[in-house]
Amino acid sequence: MKQKLINFFEFIGFTWFVPIVRLCTADEPKVQAQLLLRMIGLPILGLCIFFGIWSIVASNLTTSVGSLPGPSKVWNSATEMLAQYRLEAGKREVHLSKEAKREAKFKKAFPDKEYRASQYTGPETIVDYIRTSLITVFFGFLMAVSIAVPLGILCGLSKGFSAAINPIVQICRPVSPLAWVLIVIVIVDGAVNLKGDVFKNTFLHAAVTVCLCSMWATLSNTAFGVSAVSKDHLNVAKVLRLSGWKKVWKIILPSAVPNIFTGMRITLGIGWMVLIVSEMMASQKGLGHYIDLLYQNNNNESLSKIIVCVFIIGIIGFVLDRLMFILQRSVSFGQEVTA
Amino acid sequence: MPILELINVCKGYGPASDRTEVLSNINLSIEEGEFVALVGFSGTGKTTLINLLAGLETPDSGQVLFQGKPVTGPEPKRGVIFQNYSLLPWLTVAGNVQLAVDQIYPEKSKAERRALVETYVEMVNLTPALTKRPAELSGGMRQRVSVARALSANPEILLMDEPLSALDALTRSVLQDQMLRIWEEQKKTMVLITNSVDEGIIMADRIIPFNLESPASLGPEFKVGLVRPRDRKSMNRNDLYKRLRNDIIHFLNDEKKQKRARANDMHVLEPLQAKAV
Repeated sequence: MKQKLINFFEFIGFTWFVPIVRLCTADEPKVQAQLLLRMIGLPILGLCIFFGIWSIVASNLTTSVGSLPGPSKVWNSATEMLAQYRLEAGKREVHLSKEAKREAKFKKAFPDKEYRASQYTGPETIVDYIRTSLITVFFGFLMAVSIAVPLGILCGLSKGFSAAINPIVQICRPVSPLAWVLIVIVIVDGAVNLKGDVFKNTFLHAAVTVCLCSMWATLSNTAFGVSAVSKDHLNVAKVLRLSGWKKVWKIILPSAVPNIFTGMRITLGIGWMVLIVSEMMASQKGLGHYIDLLYQNNNNESLSKIIVCVFIIGIIGFVLDRLMFILQRSVSFGQEVTA
Repeated sequence: MPILELINVCKGYGPASDRTEVLSNINLSIEEGEFVALVGFSGTGKTTLINLLAGLETPDSGQVLFQGKPVTGPEPKRGVIFQNYSLLPWLTVAGNVQLAVDQIYPEKSKAERRALVETYVEMVNLTPALTKRPAELSGGMRQRVSVARALSANPEILLMDEPLSALDALTRSVLQDQMLRIWEEQKKTMVLITNSVDEGIIMADRIIPFNLESPASLGPEFKVGLVRPRDRKSMNRNDLYKRLRNDIIHFLNDEKKQKRARANDMHVLEPLQAKAV
């Protein structure tokens, strides 16, 4: 049982829980206590110093929007945003149950007719923004991966293909999302006109921009992984006389999978960073848009709410990266993976 | 008819202006069921020779004949055991051997192929490790998986490129005995490249050293007349073994002296001494 817990924590990369587990079962208490001090104590100390410096700087700094909010003010804003979400959620529940009752009454009176439920039109809250951002970034990530991985495999297998698309790749790679977004808006609006709840045009704007900015990492890592298969493995394929397709499917691709996942991890990281900017520019109602709103509003609450958003973006980015890290490690057959 | 022949084979690398000739005038003929050992220092072209025998490389001139016909490329009938094992790290032991079995016996049912995999893994005494990945195995175990995979392809001849070089001496002797046992049971022809004269004498019927000329060719062959099964423990007292070992090492040392002399533009003459008749 204890070993299973330890294995779980090591699997998800949260190795600082392991000394706690060991201490609970009185396993080498002195050594574990020291480990605990280093793995949890020191980071907490670092955080405390950081918050301390922040408080001091905040109380001494004055800007045009007021002073820089300190940790306690930011914490208040955070709880306020959460309370607002709970309030809206409660109101939505009430509205939905009323609608359900009305629908039942309607169906009893007019069994043939369609009932059109009225939507709840309260303001968006922080949780809605987070959800929109996550959906957008995943869609953009999936687009990026489904384009970049096949292209990367072709590049790795065929030097000619790689040479052909190399100039385009090299020029597109450093371009910032701010530059892409306007071009993407024009192209997408010209091509499609979606009016769904989630899948609207602004959603595509943000997702396509995320895709365009982040796919290059997966592309180059995939191409590298496919082209750098060990000569020994290829010799095995030659001696066994594996056909071309079998060679790619059984030897080259599995050998390249760790590189592909490395690329995907970088892509998700870049994509999340790019998303916030794209949302701001494309008016997609996610975290980026919310920050833009706060900045425009410019009241004395804005700055602390923006800082709350910074923390949220950072924590979500960390969680996403950790998920990819676990995925990456599970396919790297024994090799070390940088955390 | 010899099963594998090299006739006046030459092989070099590099463009015409910067050519490195590695092997020249190699003549080798291997009979069916034989165990031949090729001994040489590092860098004398041993891996190149195995690659030529396997068909992984083509000679610049001369012929490589397998069962009388020219070799055009590698095939499973000439099985190869690589120096670095070349196990696929994402497959288990069973998976690695399955790769060869699936390729050679596509007409058999899944159950039959699975049974074949287990037979060959059993042959190298690795049944408890069927579901382990190469990362979890020791060097000796990995080499045994490599042997199992090569054998499962049912080769006519097994070419081994320094298979035991990366192992410690104790594991080495265990694996030598296992390979000999497999050779005697399966009656395969085996060509072993090694850097150890002792290994060659214990395992082979014939030992052929490389000489140190540049490009290299094969030196005189030494027939190993020791009776099988060869007992390692009593070897040290066996006169024939001692003389054979001395002769081969003398030859190799001589070659080293000649090479150094060539570098210094000298020629070393054989010391005059009375030979016992």
